Amino acid sequence: MKTLNVNIVTPDGPVIDTNVELVSAKAQSGELGIMAGHVPMVAPLQIGAVRLVTGGKQSELVAISGGFLEVRPDQVTILAQAAERAENIDVSRATEAQRRAEQRLQNKQDNIDFKRAELALRRATNRLNVHQGKL
Amino acid sequence: MASLRDIQTRITSTKKTSQITKAMQMVSASKLNRAETNAKSFVPYMNKIQEVVASIALGSKDVTHPMLVSRPVKKTGYLVITSDRGLAGAYNSSILRSVYKKIQERHTSKDEYVVIALGRVGRDFFRARGIEAIESVTGLPDQPSFADVKEIVRKTVDLFSEGVYDELYMYYSHFVNAIQQDVTVKKVLPLTEIESTGGRLSSYEFEPSAEEILEVLLPQYAESLIYGALLDGKASEHAARMTAMQNATDNAKELIRNLTLQYNRARQAAITQEITEIVGGAAALE
Repeated sequence: MKTLNVNIVTPDGPVIDTNVELVSAKAQSGELGIMAGHVPMVAPLQIGAVRLVTGGKQSELVAISGGFLEVRPDQVTILAQAAERAENIDVSRATEAQRRAEQRLQNKQDNIDFKRAELALRRATNRLNVHQGKL
Repeated sequence: MASLRDIQTRITSTKKTSQITKAMQMVSASKLNRAETNAKSFVPYMNKIQEVVASIALGSKDVTHPMLVSRPVKKTGYLVITSDRGLAGAYNSSILRSVYKKIQERHTSKDEYVVIALGRVGRDFFRARGIEAIESVTGLPDQPSFADVKEIVRKTVDLFSEGVYDELYMYYSHFVNAIQQDVTVKKVLPLTEIESTGGRLSSYEFEPSAEEILEVLLPQYAESLIYGALLDGKASEHAARMTAMQNATDNAKELIRNLTLQYNRARQAAITQEITEIVGGAAALE
């Protein structure tokens, strides 16, 4: 099967550079599945997991905290502000962040704090899910 | 002439100073190494984001976004990147001199500009001149990760969108090599100076639309411009400090050499004097 090159880069350096058969990501307009030969495209991503499927039905999850995706026929580039592979996720930090964000959501203050806490909660939950291999 | 003991004390203290400067030089050298690696690992991200921004913003003429449009300038923002600590030669002073000169040239009243300070030296410099930075960050680590500066960088971009200032200039020191760092001025916002990175402008499909992508992309692009400058500035800071400490160590060595010479001369003179006294005493007895 034809493969395409996937590149995930963050400001702190490249996270993944590999060849896969299918990339599945959550764009803001919905779930996207990309295989080799896709039309060139750009789409913003939600906070969520990106699934990379290599040959033999093996797949890997990467936690993405927002950013966007650029597609070319033989290459996919994901530009994210933060991205971690499942094995690199700091579970205790994510759990702590989740707890803190939940606490902030409990005692509702002004609007901006609320929005930020919500985003923080989604990022933390996403990391924990990816770590446990859930989509 | 100073006494033997005075000279001895000065030699010892200069030696100790030179040990400290030598150690600081070596610390800076290793930090510089890591800062260079950091700056390098940021390059692929920057190149990619620049490529995509250029192909969207330049590729389709009918797309607009508030961050791409120049509006009448009522207030200018200056983002000044300096270090937290001194002992880095002319690193901070050359940046600050350049900003301050520009501000005085361009503005007549304090209502026409605001300052955002990254680094304690810059903040204190403006505070001493009665200009309080509207945002400032101090105590950044030597190897800042993107998460460390996300807050301030986002705020800087937001302040532009909210109309607090209508253009934003960034002053930092660009790392050329270990002995050369240049003060650089960059206009960050509005994003009118997007460089095209070559002829690879592919035409993309936008999902859902070009406007909505720019909504996500442009703030991220502006943020990465600032982060890139910060990494560049950190590398320059370590390089400048390394050179300054190298010079200090060399000067201390020179000083020790001269003092040792003086010490030996004084010792010789003391011995000669003693001999003369003994000889004189013996002659008087005969």
